[in-house]
Formats: sequence, structure tokens, C-alpha cells
Amino acid sequence: MHELAASGAAARCAPRTCAIRDLGRAAYREAWDYQLELVSARKRGAVCDQLVFVEHPPTITLGRNASSANVLADVARLRGMGVDLQETDRGGDVTYHGPGQVVAYPILDLKAWRRDVGAYLRALEEVVMATLRDFGVASRRVEGLTGVWVNDAKIAAMGVHLSRWVTSHGLALNVNTNLEHFGLIVPCGLTKPVTSLQEVLGKAVGMDSVVAAMGRRFGEVFDRRMVAAPAGA
Amino acid sequence: MGTVVMPQMGESIVEGTITKWLKETGDAVERDEALFEISTDKVDSEVPAPESGVLEAVFFPEGETVEINTAVAFIGDGSKVGQHEPPAAAAAAAPPSPAPAVPQPAKPVAPAPAAPGRRIRSSPLVRRIAKEKGIDLSLLGKGSGAGGRITKKDILAFIESQERVAAGPVTAFPPAPESRFGDFEIQPLTAMRLSIAEHMVRTKRVSPHVSTVHEVDCTRIARLRSAAKERFLQQNGTKLTFMPFFLQAAASALKAYPAVNASLDGKDLVLHRDINIGMAVALDWGLIVPVIREADEKNLLGLQRAVNDLAQRARSKSLQPEEISEGTFSVSNYGSYNSLLATPAINQPQAAILGIGAVKKRPVVINDAIAIRSISYLTLSFDHRAIDGATADLFLEHMRGVLEDWSAPAL
Repeated sequence: MHELAASGAAARCAPRTCAIRDLGRAAYREAWDYQLELVSARKRGAVCDQLVFVEHPPTITLGRNASSANVLADVARLRGMGVDLQETDRGGDVTYHGPGQVVAYPILDLKAWRRDVGAYLRALEEVVMATLRDFGVASRRVEGLTGVWVNDAKIAAMGVHLSRWVTSHGLALNVNTNLEHFGLIVPCGLTKPVTSLQEVLGKAVGMDSVVAAMGRRFGEVFDRRMVAAPAGA
Repeated sequence: MGTVVMPQMGESIVEGTITKWLKETGDAVERDEALFEISTDKVDSEVPAPESGVLEAVFFPEGETVEINTAVAFIGDGSKVGQHEPPAAAAAAAPPSPAPAVPQPAKPVAPAPAAPGRRIRSSPLVRRIAKEKGIDLSLLGKGSGAGGRITKKDILAFIESQERVAAGPVTAFPPAPESRFGDFEIQPLTAMRLSIAEHMVRTKRVSPHVSTVHEVDCTRIARLRSAAKERFLQQNGTKLTFMPFFLQAAASALKAYPAVNASLDGKDLVLHRDINIGMAVALDWGLIVPVIREADEKNLLGLQRAVNDLAQRARSKSLQPEEISEGTFSVSNYGSYNSLLATPAINQPQAAILGIGAVKKRPVVINDAIAIRSISYLTLSFDHRAIDGATADLFLEHMRGVLEDWSAPAL
């Protein structure tokens, strides 16, 4: 369903352009396969930079540095609750994805931006903070950690994979997320609380409006012209 | 042809952890082909080979954290496979990997050295490698060089074989296809089961376990306990079990024998000043060892409350990560499952674990008369690298003394 029209896409791709693709709801593994296709196409230069948005069903993912001790529930219980468990190749520890969370997977060639993973993570944080500002919410970084916090609660988590400076995986921002599911893990090995935009504002927020705001802010922070991916591409 | 270095992944990044070698020594590699994977904070990256050739040497194993620009491998024409020396300065400068969540497997303990007096022939280079790696050359036996001389190839092969022994947890799960016969069901191990299995294989591989068993007369504390039982329940809302008595006696013995309240880290024995006793809690889905911190500072009531609280929260999965870490000693109370005597496995990297057998009435001989006494068998399983049998026995005798002469009131 998410076939890539790699040929032709290149022709439409001007420098410093980033195509936005909103997959809507998609399983973690499915979206990952989709990312891998995009990464491969990006490395070949067949497509320009990409920003993929997706909302996952309840899934706990283990990063490369994950300690299984940070998954507090066993697999049988997770399955019983309808929560999927996936091992991934992104950096970072354990995290939770689920409905009501905006997940953004930028497929960027950092060679055309800055060859600096630290700067890349800080820029992703800036995208989240600017997006939250659009909803009147002040957020911050925490020295020495990666992610975005509102007061002392983490609202967005990050984990990235690089292959020849082409990024995959990315960030997850809790919008209307069921925060109870975070009780199944020690998010990123940290024991600080997590929060969501809904919890901060006291009301649910439209997912589409967050995706739209984040797309705009992403373009500003990374200095990219954001274009909607052509239909069917 | 040349060295491959840990790449600089950004301005503020000073080191990277090698998470995976995608090629092995001796493999042909193409320029730009992914050679290894590294991890820096929240980012994992593949590192491509800078040139085509043969991977002749890999200087750091997976899991090692290395400063940027340090040589980590050598790509050559294939004529010098395994003959490269790790960059001495860089190797020495490489910081020890940060305290990992999973303790590193200890260096494999080598077989007993050959008979003394035999002359070992080797070159200065071989002796230097041996010194750097802390290898006793007599362990290599006869070398493959002229007149049994130990060559560089010999010592590198030896190092590699030793590292293979110490390598990761893979060996915890060898396949056993012959077990799949008849009618069966496959149950993949849960995350907890996997981590228990890895820990158990590691502890048995790393620590030479020895157990010693002492018989303890618990009649006095049994009497004290039954006398205080009802009032204790009324006053405190909880039952008084034998556990706090054993814990207090163990804390006292740990104070008297600090070598038992210790962990082995490489060639250092870390003597802990805190007495943090982990207690094994059986769960329907596995086992967890929450820790009673500063157990020596708690009275019977405090210990009983800590035991109840940790066990209850272990079963409701509401333990905090810091409550299952920093134990300095562990206790397994299998007696509550009616076991008389067992040899518990050490909770790495601790030096010892106490096992408590069921308290049962038995006929015993006292002053040549047969008496009925409440008896329990206490086991101390200890890491014989860190502790000798005499210390272990003195430890248990100390506990026996405290328990048999118990004088403090229970309330």
C-alpha cells in the first residue's frame, strides 16, 4: 500500500526539499520496512529527504542498548494486553509506542546537512519544542539526556539509526497517549514520569494539527522546503 | 591498506561503543561496505570500510567503548591476517567501558600452569603482548616456532581462544534439536526467563562455586517468635517470621567478615561498607532479587516490613529499578518451600549467597542426651576466587552464635 515510486520521484526532487508522508496508522514492523526502502532509495539518491509520520498500535520497542530488565511485564502479559514487543536497530533503550502518539521518522542525508549526530538530536528536540510552543506549551531539554520534557515529565523520546549518514527512526511525541502503558517499561531506562500534550493541556488535541505543526517546524529547523509526497508515491 | 578508526560522529562526541562487527578477521571487504556498528548515546550507526581489502585484524571486541580516532581494525591485502598489534597507546588510553547493566564476564581463568622450571622460549614482542594482556606464557605450552618457541601467532591465537570462552551470553542457549520429538508445545522464553538464564550461565562460568553447610539450633528464636507472635501481629499488623532473625544474624556476620560483603571486579575485590541484602523472591513468572538497603541498621520489625513490602511489590511488578540494584550479598529462603538444604547460585558480581533451609523439629544429641530441637541448615555458597572455606565457615559460625544465643526481645 505504500509503494515507492522511486523513479520519477528524483526528478521532482529539488535540493533542500523534504517530502512529508503521513502513513496514518501502521504496525511498527510495516513502518520499519517502509523506512528501510526509503533509506535505500535515499542512499541511491533516488528520492529527496523524507519525513514520515505514523501512529503505531501499542508496541514496546527495544533499542540496541536496551536492557530487558527495563521491560517490567513479561511477554505473555504484554500479548494478553494486545501490546507488541519489537527489537529494533535504533539507538536508545526501551520505549513505548501507541495510539495517540505522533511518531516522526525523518529519512535525511546528514551529509547534506551537518555530519553531527549530537547536532541532529538537538535539532529534533528543537522541532518538538517549537511544535509544543505552537500549542502554548513550554518545554525543555534535560542536560545530559536526549528527549524533551515538560516540567519534570518526559513528553518526547528519541532514538536514531544512521547508515552512511542517512537517518532512520526518529522521535515519538505523546499527544493523547494512554500513559498507563508506560508503566509496563522503564522508559529509556529512566524512572522519571512521562506526560502527554493532552495531560498538560487538560484536553485532547487533534493528531492532524500536531502533525501539520511539526511538519512546518521541521522545515524551519532543518532549513528544508516541505512538500506533500505525491499521491501514490 | 591501513587502519580503520573510530569515526567522529559529531562535535560533542568523544567516544563510541562498538556494538557489532559485521565482518570477521580474514573476511574480504569492499570499500563502503558496512564494517561495524557503533552506538553513541541515542544514535546507532553503521561504519563503512574506508577501502577494499581483507580485514586482517580487529583490535576491540563488541561492547568496548573506544575514543574517536582510535584504530579499531586493520584492512590489508590478506597476507598478515592476525599479525597486527593493537595500537598500544590507544589501547591503554581507552577508558574502561562504563559500568554496564550486565556485569562483564570475568577473564576466563586459565588452566593450571605447567611444571615450574621449564624454560619458556619467546620473543620480546610476545613477552610484551603477554604482559599487556596479563597472560602467563607457561599456559601456552610448547610454541609452534623453532625449538618450541612461542610465536606471535601462538599468543594471538591463545588470546582469541580465551576471548571466545569469555564471549557473550550466546552459550546460554545452545540449540538442542533432538529434544523436539513426540507431541510437544513450544514456549519461547520470556524476557525475564532469558535474563535469568543468561545470569545463571554467567555466574556458574565466572565464579567457582563452593558451598558449605552448618546446622543451626533455632529453638531459642522459635520460642521467642511464638511468644511474641500475637502481640507482634496486633501491634504491627504483620506476622513475625524467621526471616528477620536470619537477616539480622547475616548482617552481623557480614560486619564481622567484610570479605563476604564484597564483589569481584576484575582483579579487585570491592569491599562494600554498606550492607545491602538482596532477597530472592519467587514469582509465578520467574525470580527477582530486590534489595534491603542498610539491613544492618534495621531492627526485627524494620526488616520484617522491608521483606513484606519488597516481596509484595515484586509480585505486583511495582519495584523501582534502584530497588533491584546495588545488593552486596544475597539470601535465598528456600526453606519457605520446605527445602531442607540447597546450594544457591551466586548473584553476580557478589562474592557469596546465603541459603536458609526449613526450620524443623529434630532429635539431636545434647550432652549425650537426645533432645527435640528446631533445626535449620544454613548454606553459604561462595566464590572461591574471593573467599576461602575457612572464612565461609567462620561466617556461618558467627551466624550460628547470634541465632543460638539470641537475647534481644522480639518486640
